[in-house]
Amino acid sequence: MSTNATSLPAVELKSLRRAFGHVVALNDFSLQIAQGELVALLGPSGCGKTTALRALAGLQDLDSGQIVVEGKDITHMRASKRDMGMVFQSYSLFPHMSAQENVEYGLRLRKESRNKVGRARRAIEMLELVGLDTQAKRFPHQLSGGQQQRVALARALAIAPDVLLLDEPLSALDAKVRSQLRDEIRRIQLELGTTTLFVTHDQEEALGIADRVGVMSAGSLQQIASPAELYERPTSALVAEFVGLTTPLPCDIRDGRAYLLGSSVPVLPGSANNGPALALLRPESIDLVPDPLSDSVVMNVSFLGSVCRVIVQLPDKTLLTVQAASERISDFPPGSRVGFSFHSRPVFAKSIPA
Amino acid sequence: MKRLTGITRIWRAVILSIIGFYMLLPIVAMADFSTRAGVDGGRTFDSWAAIPSAPGLLESIAVSLQLAFLAVVGILVLLVPTMIWVHLRLPLMRRPLEVLCLLPIAIPAIVIVVGIAPIYRWLSQFFGSSPLSLAFIYTILTFPFAYRAVNTSLRSVDVNTLAEAARTLGASWPRTIAEVIIPNIRNGILGACVISIALVLGEFTISSLLNYETMQVVINLLGKREGQISVAVSLAALIFAFVLLVAIPTSGKKQEVGQGVD
Repeated sequence: MSTNATSLPAVELKSLRRAFGHVVALNDFSLQIAQGELVALLGPSGCGKTTALRALAGLQDLDSGQIVVEGKDITHMRASKRDMGMVFQSYSLFPHMSAQENVEYGLRLRKESRNKVGRARRAIEMLELVGLDTQAKRFPHQLSGGQQQRVALARALAIAPDVLLLDEPLSALDAKVRSQLRDEIRRIQLELGTTTLFVTHDQEEALGIADRVGVMSAGSLQQIASPAELYERPTSALVAEFVGLTTPLPCDIRDGRAYLLGSSVPVLPGSANNGPALALLRPESIDLVPDPLSDSVVMNVSFLGSVCRVIVQLPDKTLLTVQAASERISDFPPGSRVGFSFHSRPVFAKSIPA
Repeated sequence: MKRLTGITRIWRAVILSIIGFYMLLPIVAMADFSTRAGVDGGRTFDSWAAIPSAPGLLESIAVSLQLAFLAVVGILVLLVPTMIWVHLRLPLMRRPLEVLCLLPIAIPAIVIVVGIAPIYRWLSQFFGSSPLSLAFIYTILTFPFAYRAVNTSLRSVDVNTLAEAARTLGASWPRTIAEVIIPNIRNGILGACVISIALVLGEFTISSLLNYETMQVVINLLGKREGQISVAVSLAALIFAFVLLVAIPTSGKKQEVGQGVD
């Protein structure tokens, strides 16, 4: 979290509910965002994350619930009065205005920004912040997708919004630009200390940029925590399986430990009770050791740079994904036999579906 | 763009030539007839020069131009804002609005006249027998064509996202529509206006059946007495509508490109 964070929440979403016919998009959804914090909402399509963001922006009516920003109830306030800066998934620059005119538009609507020279200066400052001050006179169709989203970010920030709302702003961009712009968004957000809500379905994006990540499912927040805690200590099978890679392996739970592959590991709170269960193993929670007497066989090895992914077939034909340092890639050629040693980090174990 | 093969080009040229010939032949014939000096040959512009002095003609042209203007005002005040509002806020009403707007093209003119005659009798209490009261029915008659032009523009731009962006930046609904939506569907609105003007200038059936003297009605009457003058006026009206159709949308496009290059 950025240094200017205080204990008073900048944003409070309280028990939001919104249904579209029989589909419940938000179901008792609550969230608090601290001053200057960047919270990412992560979840599959249709989980309600965009509905939550649009409700905060005032673009989505609610069936019930309350939205408080900076201590003020804005639940029934019009979108145009809310002071939210928003960057959309699709390119949303006004096509008939230059980049500078786009950035100036929000300022033009504010009484305190009537001064034309002051407006232009502020717009150029914002474009400078996103590295596009030299493109100020260009029109949207003369800019690349990444540049357009940068201008959209500058436009959203120019009005010094109470909250910056990012609705999957990187999803239309190619991988390299996406990664660059993601880092830039974080740099600018930290520099300005703007309270930010970021919605994405890309876990790498969410984990890489946010102070806290909230995982949503069926209109509710399943867990919200720092990226590391979310990854290391999921409180439900849904979060464990959605964030990062897991392989479900049959195990036996006894007294807070999961017994599997001839070894045992501690299980996380919220895991299944004593008895048979499925341990959700992270690729990095197991070490491989060459073992010619083992019944487990390496099926495939993928080189990923500093690490490699090894797919091992267990005696019961289950495929287990294990991560190993790249310099050990030659120890596990396909067809070789391997044994396992577990790290002491706890795993999440879920009940076996009936 | 896909390159055209030789045979395709030839076919395209042949088809365009046939259509061009089909369209141009009557116009050339009208120009020829209106400038013909008797049966012995030779050219004269007497019939063109006689247009201002033809009885009732200039007045009827003025009436038709005023009607065209009022129909355009009707489109701009009634149809365009309604379409934008329905597109942005009432998406479920898009289909009913489309059907409603297309109705005038599906109903024969004579049926429309029979239907609206009582309404016009009632309207005459307020507006007298002014031919300008035709503006009400002309506005409705232009809906099918204007709707198509504006709808195409609305669908070619992501107006919902643009409107939401403007709203979050602090724009009220009227400002969003005036400053963000309308400039981006400008060509569609221009097209709708041009088509409406052309339609009103060319309308004959309804004004004739309701006994109003619009340009086409007077041209028809004139044609019975002064054939050459009536053809000259018709050709002038055709050229006027053609110039509007081509010149206005083209000038709009040029301006947009020019701004982009700055």
